Amino acid sequence: MTAFVFYLFAALSVASGAMVVTARNPVHSVLFLILTFFNVAGLFVLLGAEFVAMIMVIVYVGAVAVLFLFVVMMLDIHAVTLREGFLKILPLGSAVALVLLSELTLVFAGWVLAPDIDAVRAAPAPDLAELSNTEAIGAVLYTDYIYLFQLAGVVLLVGMIGSIMLTLRARSGVKRQDPLAQAARPLEDCIEVKKVAIGKGV
Amino acid sequence: MTELPNLIPLLPEIVLALAGMALLLLGVFRSTDATRLIGHLAILAFAAAAVLVVIFGDARQVTMNGLYVTDAFAVFAKLMVLGASAATLFMALKWMEQENAARFEYPVLVLFAVLGMCVMISANDFLSLYMGLETQSLALYLIAAYQRDTVRSTEAGLKYFVLGALASGLMLYGVSLVYGFTGTTNFESLAQGFELDQPVPAGVVVGLVFIICALAFKVSAAPFHMWTPDVYEGAPTPVTAFFSVAPKAAAVALFLRVMVAPFGDLLAQWQQVIVALSVLSMLIGGFAAIAQTNIKRLMAYSSIGHVGYALVGLAVGNTEGVGAVLVYIGIYLFMNVGTFAVILSMRANGRPVEGLNDLSGLSKNRPVMASALAVMMFSMAGVPPFAGFFGKFFVFKAAVDAGLIPLAVIGVLTSVVAAFYYLRIVKIIYFDDPAEQFEPIAPQARLVLGVSSIFVAIFFVFPLPQMVMGASRAAQALFGG
Repeated sequence: MTAFVFYLFAALSVASGAMVVTARNPVHSVLFLILTFFNVAGLFVLLGAEFVAMIMVIVYVGAVAVLFLFVVMMLDIHAVTLREGFLKILPLGSAVALVLLSELTLVFAGWVLAPDIDAVRAAPAPDLAELSNTEAIGAVLYTDYIYLFQLAGVVLLVGMIGSIMLTLRARSGVKRQDPLAQAARPLEDCIEVKKVAIGKGV
Repeated sequence: MTELPNLIPLLPEIVLALAGMALLLLGVFRSTDATRLIGHLAILAFAAAAVLVVIFGDARQVTMNGLYVTDAFAVFAKLMVLGASAATLFMALKWMEQENAARFEYPVLVLFAVLGMCVMISANDFLSLYMGLETQSLALYLIAAYQRDTVRSTEAGLKYFVLGALASGLMLYGVSLVYGFTGTTNFESLAQGFELDQPVPAGVVVGLVFIICALAFKVSAAPFHMWTPDVYEGAPTPVTAFFSVAPKAAAVALFLRVMVAPFGDLLAQWQQVIVALSVLSMLIGGFAAIAQTNIKRLMAYSSIGHVGYALVGLAVGNTEGVGAVLVYIGIYLFMNVGTFAVILSMRANGRPVEGLNDLSGLSKNRPVMASALAVMMFSMAGVPPFAGFFGKFFVFKAAVDAGLIPLAVIGVLTSVVAAFYYLRIVKIIYFDDPAEQFEPIAPQARLVLGVSSIFVAIFFVFPLPQMVMGASRAAQALFGG
């Protein structure tokens, strides 16, 4: 049963991954990308990594892919013009792909585990019966890997500074409300008391 | 309850990170008129970090669960990065004011980029290496696109970003293969594993080649150099000056550490790749620069060539070779900072110029600047007794001692080719008809130019023995001696 579900998810994710790069309409590509993410999340659940699976759905599907979709819809991309050079680079591209494929085949054909491999394993995962993997991640993320966690924060900060720096423009000649200046105006500047004679206007 | 890790060796990075955040806040409250103040405070932060590096860094210490290492090698490399960043930032502030492009984000982003570089240099694990690399790269993409209103600057930023992301992808793929076949990303555990004298799994070698490709992209070694001329030409000149020194030194230091610390026992596997990168870089740096008419583009090809010479030392793969690389890069920083001090001062009619023919007859208009530039060019070409000669000398000597004689011969021949375009600049300055006179050189650039040209000119008297000694200590520390 597990094997059947695995092959179902795996086949679907490979097929939808292929559709991402071959679909004519970029919007369809993004939708297939979302399908790929869902299938990969399914594979993670099969592995017992429910935390990673949920992150996959929430972050990649919920945030990244939806943002992609917005960008693709906003940019006026013509799929036909994008494909113009495709046939020209096809022979070279497939040659490189073939070399890589044969290399990887050789790599995986020669796969052997060293007998003393356990000695150099950095962070062995705890047994699932003792600790759920969400807890296991939480236990090391803020202790053993705090350095990387903080650095990730710095990377995000730099990204934030950058997006503001590249898009924020200080435009001159815009009328803005300044409540402090409004409240600080002296009374004499705001109100003028005039005697109005009877029968005449101001 | 877990124990608090030893944070003392980490102090320089902590100071840089806190300074970056504090200056960002200061900038937000004080707005753009505080750019100069923030720039000077950032230079102060570099100085403070350098002091902390010297005080706490020298003895080998591993902390943060084996993710961070400091040793004499890290001290040497960090001092190079911090010094070069401070010098280029110092000159940049004035240029940006003249161009009306001063914004407080620039020094803040330079600070975060330098933080990333320090993390890279001190990486003892592929995870911390990658985080440092991304911190650095992201800040660099941003300052390449800093002048967002000019098309060339935004184009440079976009190109750098797309190709840099590709390189990061290659790096991650390589690291994942290495991790998959060894079960660890820690440099020390990897080195232990490779000491075992078993046949190396093919997956590790494929992963290693991917990692080398990504690192070659970051140091802009041929054939991964394509982005360099476009980015160097398009980015604002002070940014180009920064790009050509600090990230280059940090990436070369990272290259050395990754090749030597975890993969030192696989020398036979990676030596040929490094030799190929080195030969291609020297050839492209030599021949492609001849046809250039823009001085920033020329400096890009020149830096590709210099990386080629530095990689000769890495290809040797022993203490002597690594020490020679460090000396070479140290000298290269001084030459490049000095040359960019001149390029930043190339202003005619109130705007910057960057054509080679704008320099013609400089000796008649600005004799001091012309002679300083001539010293830099002679040094870059490797003419004794200037500093550049010694850099090349040590690298080639290490190659000959290790029996890589063909590599050294190619190096000498390509440096003759490169001498052609360096000396052509000297000819343009001294023997061509004067062009438009430049505006007076800014005091900051004058100071930097003065210091670096004196360094380059009297290198064989004063800092040569000290620098060689420091570099060989650093190299020994890297090889665990």
